[in-house]
Amino acid sequence: MSEATHIPAPHHPRETIWLNMGPSHPATHGVLRLVLELDGEIVVSCKPDIGFLHRGFEKIAENKTLHQFITWTDRMDYLSPISNNIGYVLAVEKLLGIEVPPRARVLRVLLCELSRLSAHLLWLGTHALDIGAGTVFFYTYQQREMLYDLFEWLTGARLTTSYPRIGGMARDIPDGWLQAVKEWLPECRAKIDESDGLLTNNKIWRNRTENIAPLSAEDAIAQSVSGPVLRASGVEWDIRKAQPYLDYETYDFEIPTGTVGDVFDRYLVRMEEMRQSVRICEQALARMPDGPINADAPGVVLPPKEKVLTSMEDLIYQFMIITEGAKAPKGEVYHAIESPKGELGFYLVHDGGPAAYRLRLRTGAFVNLQTIEKAAVGAMIADIIAIIGSLDPVMGEVDR
Amino acid sequence: MDAGVPGPRVYGRWDGPETVERLKAEFPGAILSSADFRGETTVVVALDAVADVMAFLRDAPETRFDMLTDVTAVHWPARPEPFEIVWHLYSMPRNVRLRVKANAGPEPKVPSVVPLWPGAGWLERECYDMFGVVFDGHPDLRRILMPEDFGEWPLRKDFPLKY
Repeated sequence: MSEATHIPAPHHPRETIWLNMGPSHPATHGVLRLVLELDGEIVVSCKPDIGFLHRGFEKIAENKTLHQFITWTDRMDYLSPISNNIGYVLAVEKLLGIEVPPRARVLRVLLCELSRLSAHLLWLGTHALDIGAGTVFFYTYQQREMLYDLFEWLTGARLTTSYPRIGGMARDIPDGWLQAVKEWLPECRAKIDESDGLLTNNKIWRNRTENIAPLSAEDAIAQSVSGPVLRASGVEWDIRKAQPYLDYETYDFEIPTGTVGDVFDRYLVRMEEMRQSVRICEQALARMPDGPINADAPGVVLPPKEKVLTSMEDLIYQFMIITEGAKAPKGEVYHAIESPKGELGFYLVHDGGPAAYRLRLRTGAFVNLQTIEKAAVGAMIADIIAIIGSLDPVMGEVDR
Repeated sequence: MDAGVPGPRVYGRWDGPETVERLKAEFPGAILSSADFRGETTVVVALDAVADVMAFLRDAPETRFDMLTDVTAVHWPARPEPFEIVWHLYSMPRNVRLRVKANAGPEPKVPSVVPLWPGAGWLERECYDMFGVVFDGHPDLRRILMPEDFGEWPLRKDFPLKY
């Protein structure tokens, strides 16, 4: 090739284009909008736009009685409603200074872990589907459907469970339900292993997830990341172990951690978490004690219906709790649980009225999602889908 | 109301009075008050000392609060300083929590802690969006959940639930 035919490189700077991903995009897991600046297929900058599902939960909490707000917590992380319900009632119980009986505590642990399984099964199915592994989606949805049948049997609803109450549970466990859970757990474990076999050593899966958006332990802590995303970065921190609630310290389970915090590590951590959840469920089933399900705290816990119809005192309590709300002392408490997405904290400020004076909902998905601003830079467009899946945001919890 | 259950356990581990004393010694006059309720420790800090106290809490070897859990505010319209800014800190190596508060006037302006904990970015944006609290030094203080042209502060007590 002679010198004359050489075409010089253009002297203008490289042009970038803007791409709107979402809010109505199947892979953004709800109404997440990302404004991406692209140089070819490489992301130069990423500006997330959230708030499309903002319903003002914190404002609503100031206008509902403490009992009434339980139903709203269903709609935060709508993939693990019972776990949100339990986190909220634990915060209120801390304010009131009451503790539920052993049967309710064990049942709550069982439900927290079942909802973690439900949330992680959905994450696994959709994450795999986003990256192109469609089969896993059907396996996990089948299991999740069986789990939803169990939830419906226990609570009366598949999604809007609202089953826990301040000081206990809405009703006792129906006959045969514990046995049904016991029979379902081995099947679930087998299906987790089956999905593991389809993905973990799959070359395409590993190419799509390994070394994508790694997050160091220092960065993860500095960016307030919690939950599986933090553990994938190698930080062994789980609120169930670090600051145990509901007697989690008496259960035998391990905290899986990753090393580099990439998409693949987050996948491995959540897969192992599901197996550990199955273990905790088995232990909870084995130790489920008999006895009352509600704390003996008249004026706070709703009395049983048959007593309301026969005893004057209980009728008055029922009337007062419904019309005026449970009487709680002035004060402020913060209670956090390890929800499937990370640290789910309830900061409750109470001035003695029927409703919370201020209820702050600190959700794991909201804080974890902000890391995408940095993680997206330098990634390919197709990797963005994998990164969103690995952060596992649920917009109901991000926007509240 | 007597709850009727003797001696309930308190869940969660919180920092104790020794840190409060340490802060009082390090910042004389800046620690306005402290409280202990249900095992949770709260420290109220003078607004102009917030940046220094936060840097101390993060870096001092005896405190080491390396993680910022939450930033929010509470609106008390009847008070002369109606805005209470609330930070929840967590120390990974010590496994304790601490609540730090500061009171701000009707035009609330507080120092941003983003230089100390980058994770405060969205948390401070949300607090600004909901209460109109300006975080001085925040690199990108915009509304986050409400529309950009919303023009009001929804979590203030004078904002009605519905029109």
